[in-house]
Amino acid sequence: MQLSPKIRNAIALASLCVSANALAEPAKIGMITTLSGGGASLGIDIRDGFELALKERNNQLGGIDVDMIIVDDGRKVDNAKQIATRMVERDQVDIMTGIVWSNLAMAVIPSVTADGTIYISPNAGPSLLAGKRCHPNYFNVAWQNDNLHEAMGQYVSDKGYNKVYLIAPNYPAGKDALAGFKRFYKGQIAGEVYTKLGQVDYAAEIANLRAENPDAVFFFLPGGMGINFTKQYAQAGLKESIPLFGPAFSFDEGILKAVGDAAIDTMNTSQYSHDLDNSANKAFVAKFMETYGRKPSLYASQGYDAALLLDSAFRAVGSDYKNKEKFRAALAKADFSSVRGDFRFGPNQHPIQSIYVRKVVREGDSVTNQLVGTVFTQHQDAYASECKMK
Amino acid sequence: MLFLEQLLNGVQLGMMLFLMAAGLTLIFGIMHLINLAHGSLYMVGAYFTATVTVMSGSFAIGLFGGCVAAACCGVLIELLAMRHLYHRDHLDQVLATFGIILTANEATKMIFGPQALFLNPPDWLSETVQILPDTPYPAYRLFVIISGIVVALFLRHLITHTRLGMLIRAGATHREMVTALGFNISLLFTVVFALGAGLAGLAGGLAGPLLAIEVGMGEQILILTFVVIIIGGIGSVKGALVAGLLVGIVDTLSRAFLPTLLKTMLPTASADALAGSVSSMAIYIVMALVLIVRPEGLYRAYGT
Repeated sequence: MQLSPKIRNAIALASLCVSANALAEPAKIGMITTLSGGGASLGIDIRDGFELALKERNNQLGGIDVDMIIVDDGRKVDNAKQIATRMVERDQVDIMTGIVWSNLAMAVIPSVTADGTIYISPNAGPSLLAGKRCHPNYFNVAWQNDNLHEAMGQYVSDKGYNKVYLIAPNYPAGKDALAGFKRFYKGQIAGEVYTKLGQVDYAAEIANLRAENPDAVFFFLPGGMGINFTKQYAQAGLKESIPLFGPAFSFDEGILKAVGDAAIDTMNTSQYSHDLDNSANKAFVAKFMETYGRKPSLYASQGYDAALLLDSAFRAVGSDYKNKEKFRAALAKADFSSVRGDFRFGPNQHPIQSIYVRKVVREGDSVTNQLVGTVFTQHQDAYASECKMK
Repeated sequence: MLFLEQLLNGVQLGMMLFLMAAGLTLIFGIMHLINLAHGSLYMVGAYFTATVTVMSGSFAIGLFGGCVAAACCGVLIELLAMRHLYHRDHLDQVLATFGIILTANEATKMIFGPQALFLNPPDWLSETVQILPDTPYPAYRLFVIISGIVVALFLRHLITHTRLGMLIRAGATHREMVTALGFNISLLFTVVFALGAGLAGLAGGLAGPLLAIEVGMGEQILILTFVVIIIGGIGSVKGALVAGLLVGIVDTLSRAFLPTLLKTMLPTASADALAGSVSSMAIYIVMALVLIVRPEGLYRAYGT
């Protein structure tokens, strides 16, 4: 039947209005993280922090519905690569996040960012990606790998130790760790040891350490490795004679729960502590404890901040988030209240932030971290100048 | 005396490997069964030791509990899965026991959660012992060494002086003849499997205070255990002891002294990298050498 021109025009106009107000497609976010095996507690914390932010916002970020795909990499490089390829090609994710370990990060991030996917790192911050191989699609919301170790190098120097023994696992973050420590530490190095990633027994290293007789030990051993080392160190009777220092990764809340008294009086540096005094953090800690029954570690805060960063960017660009230029610009502004306090991005899209020092203490019937001071304010990573972002 | 301390560390690792390898080699020697799930039994032992110790307040009870729990799991696995695998191809056994590993890992994650468990050595073992003047050594590691020696003596007595041991040796020599003589061979197999599982559980329980008790802890030690039984000779408990000590000592001493040794010859950065790689390869190099010289392993199994 023939419609009169008036009615045809009315229908055309109406359909235009409907498409303009159409609900934006849900944004697809792919999270590849370690949820099983030796390093699982880190990935689980990151995921829980991120999901808490989603829960608080009714599964939306900045008003846009989020379709979250979370897959376990088991700390295996091949798994991570396969999952990343699947997410980019089959699931066509808009944003990727989640990787804990720097060796997995180096295998995945360069190719996905070159392919056009935006990557927000809630943890791994290898030096190459902060410097020579930085990319406009890569943002790091946690830190650059060296940062927490640089702060401890400074702190240990300030406290007058000058014969320090160093231990880290033999992978990119381990090398970054000791490089960062040595950048700010002015004393002598009694020994520099790289152990196998995932090693469980440190008896040999501890015996060698005892023979060198340093005045302090700085070690970077995240996850299960840190638990093993600290327990064995205390059993070897060295806890009182040679004090232990490390980044927060060697003494996170999960490790402290498993190690208990063996870690008391050790010191560690962190960009986050659950007792940081700002309103965003107080609300976050309360909500996290209520939802998951444990105190948030720095990994959980990083997962949460990653979600908040995305939330701020989505809010700024709205349904136009498929426009990568606009979205990247919104991300770079970092216009959100981080639970760690002041937060902004440097030119290489890595944080410029304060690093604090914490002491491990007994609080009631548990062992936890307590903020005791600040080492750096407005600290930028050492690789920013090497980054020439197009 | 750094060398002595490192040597003892090697012996301690060796004893732990012996406990694992003894069970695995008995199972393979008697039943010709490749059991990848041995690592999971080790994990079960660790988890139950931790849980029972916390509940009862005594590490000894916890250790016993872990051992028994692993043996019971062993019996369960044997009745449900292994029985059907004895006549099958080794590849089928590998696939089936690999499936058990996956199931055990997920089940443990569901029951105990993904975070690591917390177990301290008992107070009377938490200090160091002066084995020589000026050489403190962790008491708990000495305890592991002594436990290993006790178990080795117990196994030797079991195999050479008891009826069960006689049946084990007979079953390894000629299974059909043992059945023809009227013995219940399936019961024997169940008992041997339970014994192997109990040993794995004991190893796990002893490892608990030293290492993180987490899902997947079995796989790491399983690889070393296979290296031990290959070097020692499949089916020989004596081989498991000698090879276990050899692997433990080689691994520990290479990790301990290779970096320092190489640093005298090469610049620090290359020395560290090379030392790290070579020390993790050391035991496999030993295994390759043994296989070249004596392909069947250092000791022969019973009845061969």
